[in-house]
Parts: sequence; C-alpha cells; structure tokens
Amino acid sequence: MALVLTEEQSMLRDSARGLISDKAPVSHLRSLRDAKDPTGFSKELWHSLAEMGFAGLLVPEEFGGSGLGFMEAGVVMEEIGRTLMPSPFLATSVVAASALNRGGNAAQKSEHLPKISNGSLLATLAIDEGAKHRPLQTSLQAVRAGNGFKLSGAKALVIDGHVADLFIVAARTAGAAGEREGLTLFLVNPKAKGVAIERTIMVDAHNAARIELANVEVNADSVLGEVDQGAALLDGVLDIGRGAVAAEMVGLSEEVFNRTVEYLKNRKQFGKLIGEFQALQHRAAELYVDIEITRAATMKALQALDADVAKAASSVAVAKARAGTTATRAVQEGVQMHGGMGMTDQFDIGFFMKRARVCEELFGDASYHTEQLARARGY
Amino acid sequence: MSESEAADLEQFREQTRAWLEANCPPEMRKPVTSDTDVFWGGRNTKFASEPQRIWFERMRDKGWTVPDWPREYGGGGLSAAEHKVLRAEMAKMGARPPLSSFGIWMLGPALLKYGNEAQKKEHLPKIAAGLIRWCQGYSEPNAGSDLASLQTRAESDGDDFVITGSKIWTSYANYADWIFCLVRTDPTAKKHDGISFILFDMASKGVTTKPILLISGYSPFCETFFDGVRVPKSHVVGTVNRGWDVAKYLLQHERAMISGMGERGVGRPLGQIAADSVGTDAQGKLDDSMLRGRIASFDVDEAALAACAERAVDLAKAGQAHPAFSSAMKYYGTELNKRRHEILMSAGGVNALEWESERSRQGARPRAWLRTKANSIEGGTTEVMLGIVAKRILDLPGA
Repeated sequence: MALVLTEEQSMLRDSARGLISDKAPVSHLRSLRDAKDPTGFSKELWHSLAEMGFAGLLVPEEFGGSGLGFMEAGVVMEEIGRTLMPSPFLATSVVAASALNRGGNAAQKSEHLPKISNGSLLATLAIDEGAKHRPLQTSLQAVRAGNGFKLSGAKALVIDGHVADLFIVAARTAGAAGEREGLTLFLVNPKAKGVAIERTIMVDAHNAARIELANVEVNADSVLGEVDQGAALLDGVLDIGRGAVAAEMVGLSEEVFNRTVEYLKNRKQFGKLIGEFQALQHRAAELYVDIEITRAATMKALQALDADVAKAASSVAVAKARAGTTATRAVQEGVQMHGGMGMTDQFDIGFFMKRARVCEELFGDASYHTEQLARARGY
Repeated sequence: MSESEAADLEQFREQTRAWLEANCPPEMRKPVTSDTDVFWGGRNTKFASEPQRIWFERMRDKGWTVPDWPREYGGGGLSAAEHKVLRAEMAKMGARPPLSSFGIWMLGPALLKYGNEAQKKEHLPKIAAGLIRWCQGYSEPNAGSDLASLQTRAESDGDDFVITGSKIWTSYANYADWIFCLVRTDPTAKKHDGISFILFDMASKGVTTKPILLISGYSPFCETFFDGVRVPKSHVVGTVNRGWDVAKYLLQHERAMISGMGERGVGRPLGQIAADSVGTDAQGKLDDSMLRGRIASFDVDEAALAACAERAVDLAKAGQAHPAFSSAMKYYGTELNKRRHEILMSAGGVNALEWESERSRQGARPRAWLRTKANSIEGGTTEVMLGIVAKRILDLPGA
C-alpha cells in the first residue's frame, strides 16, 4: 500500500476539513472554555458529524456505521488536531467503538454500536489509574459476587467521563498489578449505584473526569471479551487509540507550524522580516522535516493497524513516540517564535501547546513508547 | 490500482521471488561489511569473488542492475510499482546490489532527462553493464557549499572545449574511467548562468588525480587537475551555459543516495550489537540504561525515517513530491547515520578504539565512524540543506 492518501481518503479529508474549519475553528474551543460549557462540546455539531457518518466511521455497516478503517479515522483525527475541536470522536467513535467491535459479543454489539453510529451513545474507556499510563499496573478490583462482579477502585483521565453513557472499565479479576494475566474489561453504566464522577477541568479545556467505583455491581453479561484475558483486547484497543492520537498530533503540529511560518513572514524586527534570520530559518526547516517524518510514521502505523491490529504494536509505538516529541517541539518553537505574543491567551498558539501536552500523556508518552520498542526488540 | 493490475503485480512478485531465490548466490545474501563487498564495475575492475561475478552477470542479463531504466538502454524496463516490488524482495532476502556506481545513482538519471539520443545510446548501456566507472567533478577548492562559484574554465576552440582547473573531493577519481564535470563556459555571465555539464574520459591528456588522506585513514576522495584537457563540444549534456539545471537535477539524486546510505548496512540491530558488547542485566535489558535509551530513540527515528523514505517514493509516483524534498531527506538521513555510528562507538567502548589489529578488522568500526562525519558535508552540507528547505519549501524570505 502506498503511503499517500487514496482519492476517497482525500475526499474524506476535504469534507472533514470543510465542516470542522467552518463550524469548529479554535474560537469554538475558546468559547466553550470561557463559558464553562457543562457538556464540553457542541451536541448539535456532534449530531451533524454523526449524520455525515463520522460517529460510526469505524463501525461495521451492519450496525449502522460506515465500516471504514483506521487510516480514515486518522484522516479525521488530523483535521480535529488542526482546530482542536472538542468532540466525542476519539473516546466514543475510535476507542470505545473499537473495543466493542473487537471484544463484544453479538448482543453487546447490536445493543451499543448502532447507537454510537447515530450519535446517541457516548462511551469511553477508563484505563489510567496512576500518574502515568501503565495499563498492566491496573489494580481496580473486580471480585466475583453471585452471578456477576463487584468493582472497586479509581480511574483518572477518563475522556468525556462526565457525559458518557457507557464506561468500558479495565479491571483486575486476578493476579497482581504488573501482570498481563487477570485483566478484564467491563461495561459499566455511569448511573449505577456506587459510581462517583468528578469532572476535571483540564489544561487543554477538553473533557476528562476522575471516576470512583465503590462496590459497583455488574452482571456477567457486562464482561467485554473474556474474563482474565483482557490484556490482548486492551493492547489492540489502546494501539488504535494511540494511532488516532498520533494523527491528531500530526494535524496539531502542522497547524502550529503553518501559523508560525506565516508569522515569520510578517513580523519585522531590526528592519527585516524575522523569517530572513538564518537562526530561525534553520529551526523552521528542522521542524518541517520532523513533522514530515512523523506524518509518514503515523500513516505507516495506521496502515499497519488496518492490516492487522495484533501486529501493529511496533509501528504504533514508533508513531506515538515520534508524534509526542514532534508536537512538543512544534508547540515550543511556535510559542518561542511568536515571542511575547505567543504568551498571550488572546493568541491561539497557547491552545495548541496545552492540547499537545495532554495528547502526549494520552495512552502513553514518548518515553513509554520508546521503552516499548526497546523491549519489543529485545534489548 | 485496478484488480487486474494488482493481480499482475502479485504475479510479478511471485516470479521475482522465485527467480531471486534461484539465482542469488548465498554469499551475496550477507550484509555488506567492507568496500570489497561492493562491485563498482569499470575498465580495470576485478571481482572480489566468484559469487560476486555470477550475481552481477545474472542481474545484468535481466537488466536489473538498473531495473527501472528503459530496455533500449540496458535497463529492465520495470514500472515504478514493479521496481518497488523488486527492491522489497531483494531486501527481504538481504540480496546485495549487484552493481554500485555513480553512473547508476547520479549520471544515469541526469542523462535520461537531459541527454540527447546519441549520448544516451553511448553511455547508458555501458553504465548498466558495469563497463565504465564514472566520477563526479563538482566541488573545487574555492567552491564547496557555494558550488555555483566554480572556476574550472572550458574555453572554446573550434569543435572542442579546452578545460583547465581543478576539482576536489572527487570520489574515487583514481579508479574512474570517465568524469561528469561542471565547467565555466561563460565567465562573463552571472554565476549560475555560465556553467556547462560536460563528459570526458579520465584517460585524456592533461588529467591527473591525487588521493586525499582522510581522518578515517582512507582515501576515497581525490584532488583532480585538468591542464588543457581537450573535449569535443558534443560531450556537453543539455545546453551550453545551462549546466546548472542538469547539476541541480543530479544533486537531487545524489542527495537521495546519500540519505539512504545509513540503510545500506542493515545487519544486526544496534540494540543487540550493544548487548553483546556491554552485557545485559537479569531481565535481559542492556546494562547501560542511558545507552539503551539512546539506542531506543535512534530506533524510533530510524523506523520513522524509513517510512518517510517510502512515502517520498510514493509521493513521487503520485506526482505530489516537492522537488526539494531530497534536501530534507539528505539532512535527516545523514545526521541520523552519524548518530548510529556514535552509538556504535559507545557500544564498542575500548574495543572500538583499535585501529590496525586483525581483531578489529583493521579498525573497521572507528574508520566507518569517522567516514560518516563526511555525510553531512558531501553533496551539500546540512546547513545548505536546511537553507534549501527554508527557501524552496517553506518560502521564507531573504538570500
């Protein structure tokens, strides 16, 4: 497969870009933030996106979705990254939809996937517990109780956690923190008895929550996949999320970069355009190359996911690690080259810096993924 | 791609794999570790081994020393997609290139684009068949990064040009049969406008070469002197005084070649080379956590660059490539290759410091390390590459 967009993918990109840049430029995020919007995104816009087929982009056609692949999801994520549009696309349409589609039984799929496709169900994965992303360290306990389980523990950085209709909770049914064996995914109703949700206002003004489960009862039908054997399902779902976030970071990096290069061509100091200074030209050129390389690595990862999720881990690790370092560099250079203006809230560039910081932590940062690659290569 | 095209390509892949399997000697499936493992061709060439000869001749007979050149010029006539398949299949079995030469990487593409029919017929088949080895006369003592300020003169004398001047960093000039050379044909014009691209025999009267000893202890480059060398005007490629166009086009190919240099030595992964040398802890992790981190970061960047190189080819095929993108790849590829060799030196420790012993294969590792320092200088320095990206791709103002 060539590492260029097909005609259909280019058309998808154009329609996503048209809608998103029109309805949700950075000012959209700014006004949601300033208004302390209780939902954290525009429901109206989400319904239009659902009508266009974005909500169910990865959902098979038999469940009302578009049945497209991860490359296509990446195309949309990249456009989201350009304007920082807050939407349930990542948590619901990419991560949760993939978890249900890959791990769900027939009943679970037919109950939830059509609702994801039509935009009426918001779902999210609850995975992180400590300060850093460490899936195998999951210690939220699920103990057998009667016909089902009782769940107790806490999760952080649950995207859209305060508005979700369905949690997919990673829990430990056996073994100790750090072990692959004994992980199980559960479908949990956020309204169930014993669930406490705290919306956390985050640096990037995107949705997240901390949730606490205190003896939350779920029945046996709530298990997604197999009891104790959830690690493989989780790996795949997380890799899909990582590929998508890497694509968001590519879009974000490129947008910051374009804005910064524009600034270099307009800002004058010492009687010259600052873009004439070689010190800045070379830094801009290096950043351009970094972004191009990261874009290629991200496309490669998305292609690998489309080919076989189970074999994509190394490509995904490369992409997410590169996306993290590249976006971090892009936003830092962006603020620095904008000088004092870059420090003002009035200028959009700071929004990109804040979102990049969150994306870097999401599903593992550059250090985490670099470590994963080293382990995979056996040194 | 239509279904029938995809099926044809799949069939080509099967046939190619079977042919390579049957025809590539096992000795030619091992990583290239020394200069004698590379076959350069030329009038005075010798094969380092019988398998090297067999492999070269079989590939030559299929036109696969230059798989994507037209058949009429000794090439294999493969489409871009077929060429990609062939490269992938060769990479899969670790097959060495049957023939390496500046004729293949640099002059050939320039002749295909700018040469006249007589020049193509004369020179391309000899490149494909490894009969003539070429060198490149570009840099001069006072024209390095500022290549267009070159001063080697070519004065008109009837049907000939008479060439006087000197070149430097002429790779393997002492082994080369012919040279493709930039000369000043109009000293009064602006510096880019008075240059011609000309071909001549290194055996011509008035040509001398002198190898330059480098920090690696090797002499891959020469100083090359021209003292009234007489060359027919018909040997100019493209238009007289428009040689800069040819030069730039060729440089794009040169830069693509240099950026790919690091990928050539694909042998054992760095992490394993380091583990053998430094040792591992109880969990099997490299027993030097900082070095391990450097290697892992390198591996991330190397894998990402490989994806970018693949994408660059795909973009070119789709007609979406920026002509200056080879400068971006050249900058990153060469800096990365320097990083690789810094890591190899760290991993080798004391053992990588030996210069002359049998044990160290005559200091192969430190010499290779020192050789890579030229990567970010030759073919345009990193700083020149970044300047090209800034101006031609980003359209930043000035100079």
